[in-house]
Amino acid sequence: MSATTDTQHLIQAVTGNQAVAMAMKQIDPDVVAAYPITPQTDVVQEFAEYVAAGSVKANFVTVESEHSAMSACIGSASAGARTMTATSSAGFALMWEMLYIAASMRCPIVMTTVNRALSGPINIHCDHSDSMGGRDSGWVQIYNEDAQEAYDATIMGFPIAEHADVRLPVMNMYDGFIISGAIGPLQALTDDEVKAFIGDAPTYPNLLNTDEPMTFGPFDGLHGFYFEHKIAQQRAMDRALNVIQGVYDRFAAVTGRQYNHLMTYCMEDADIAMVVANSAAGNARIVADQLRAEGVKAGVIKLRTFRPFPTAEYAKALANVKAVGVMDRADSFGGVGGPLYMELLSALYQYDIRAKTANFIYGLGGRDIFPQDVETGFRLLQAAAEGADLPKSRVYLNMKGA
Amino acid sequence: MSSSLTEIRWHGRGGQGAVTAAKMVAEIAAEHGKCFQAFPEYGPERSGAPIVAFTRLSDDPIQCYSAVEHPAIVLVLDETLLSVVDVTDGAPADAAVIVNTEKSPSEIKKVFDFGKRRVYTIPATKIAKQTLGRAIPNTPMVSALSKITGQFSLGEIEDHLRHTFGKKFPPKVVEANVEAAHMGFEEVQE
Repeated sequence: MSATTDTQHLIQAVTGNQAVAMAMKQIDPDVVAAYPITPQTDVVQEFAEYVAAGSVKANFVTVESEHSAMSACIGSASAGARTMTATSSAGFALMWEMLYIAASMRCPIVMTTVNRALSGPINIHCDHSDSMGGRDSGWVQIYNEDAQEAYDATIMGFPIAEHADVRLPVMNMYDGFIISGAIGPLQALTDDEVKAFIGDAPTYPNLLNTDEPMTFGPFDGLHGFYFEHKIAQQRAMDRALNVIQGVYDRFAAVTGRQYNHLMTYCMEDADIAMVVANSAAGNARIVADQLRAEGVKAGVIKLRTFRPFPTAEYAKALANVKAVGVMDRADSFGGVGGPLYMELLSALYQYDIRAKTANFIYGLGGRDIFPQDVETGFRLLQAAAEGADLPKSRVYLNMKGA
Repeated sequence: MSSSLTEIRWHGRGGQGAVTAAKMVAEIAAEHGKCFQAFPEYGPERSGAPIVAFTRLSDDPIQCYSAVEHPAIVLVLDETLLSVVDVTDGAPADAAVIVNTEKSPSEIKKVFDFGKRRVYTIPATKIAKQTLGRAIPNTPMVSALSKITGQFSLGEIEDHLRHTFGKKFPPKVVEANVEAAHMGFEEVQE
């Protein structure tokens, strides 16, 4: 789609949140149950305006908390209705109990999580501690760099969630304020293209099918099948890897925008690589370009699919790299490192790859990250590729007083 | 980074429309195939409190979402900010500072130190009051920006006002804005 000649797909100037609200409008799900929280607020607010204006048919359920929002979503999805919601930070935390239930009841809900720090001190700005903390809840997790990616991921949500091989809830992340509130370019699909892409919701076992009455999520007793349910969830995650890539590929056929589990940049011959999620990825690519101009073979892997984790693909992409840096915008206090770092170390070990590694913690509570901060990390990797050791402890980027 | 990249910083007070002005520039860029980005420095939004917003314009996709550290252009929507905020912070010696004031550049340079940076003034609030009947300096500031950067033209501002802006506002308001844009373009002083 060429922006200048294609009047159906003109570039628009919108915020990340407006982009996602537009996608939700075009999807027009059966039910949206949501509670507003900074910096997700505009998503819910704009969608409520679409409801009020009659431009969507969706049943918009206003609830008194995020715990209720997710509970309403579970009820709705269990009844077979296409269901969406959005949250951030403390709201995400308040959904905690219900996130696990949504996944284990195999509810194909699509949720936007606008990444924001968890308090304290009280902080409204971006980091990934909310969604990273929810990584074990059984949801598919997809991270997005900018408004376009967030919009596209929203459109791709139901085809992944509702796929018979998956049938799991999907959450899409993007950075609070940095993307949610920034005005950037968006090339939207037409309403017809969105409808054709997502298709009608498939019928799956649901509460309202009186011909085949079922019970969902009851007490399973001491000798029940809880364990087997969990195994089934993991198997669905395993199958999801292929399904997600298939949806990415089908989306590329419509839009020309190709997504992959890992978005690699200059990785073909890279000696050093930085792994990073969301909006900071652009800074990493800018620095990689600068290093390449100096003759340093630097590359970047942008995390996209985090759950399920594409272990084999990371191993393949990093097989010949001498030093890998992992940028985490969240920490796992007392752990080996940040959540992405731990994941990546495990993946490399499993595939017998022994590149040198370092964990860069950055951007907590919205601390800005500049290209020169990413360069600090890259320079350590460069030295490591030439023989130096990398620190085993966390390296903090753009820390005050450093 | 792309050599075509222009980084702009807006200084205003909450409620004056710095973010709206940044958005207008982004929309004009979008309409003409330029790459753009506009965002405020996020914090508590209080009416009257000093606020900062950023715009990036480029021929190539913009990958950096960090705050603008070294703006080539600084726009000051409220001259009372000059004694409160260092509007030149981080701006290189060849940067341009555009101040909304009825004073001339030489008058404000006597009071405030802009270093070697170029200083332009524009009576944007006065123009807005005259044309729109309201003290909203956005449109003349945007046309001052167009004149000084050449990143977009007065004609493109006019098109934007007539088409995009015109979808939301009555013709009278649109034409008043077009007039404000023309006056802004004419009345920038160096």
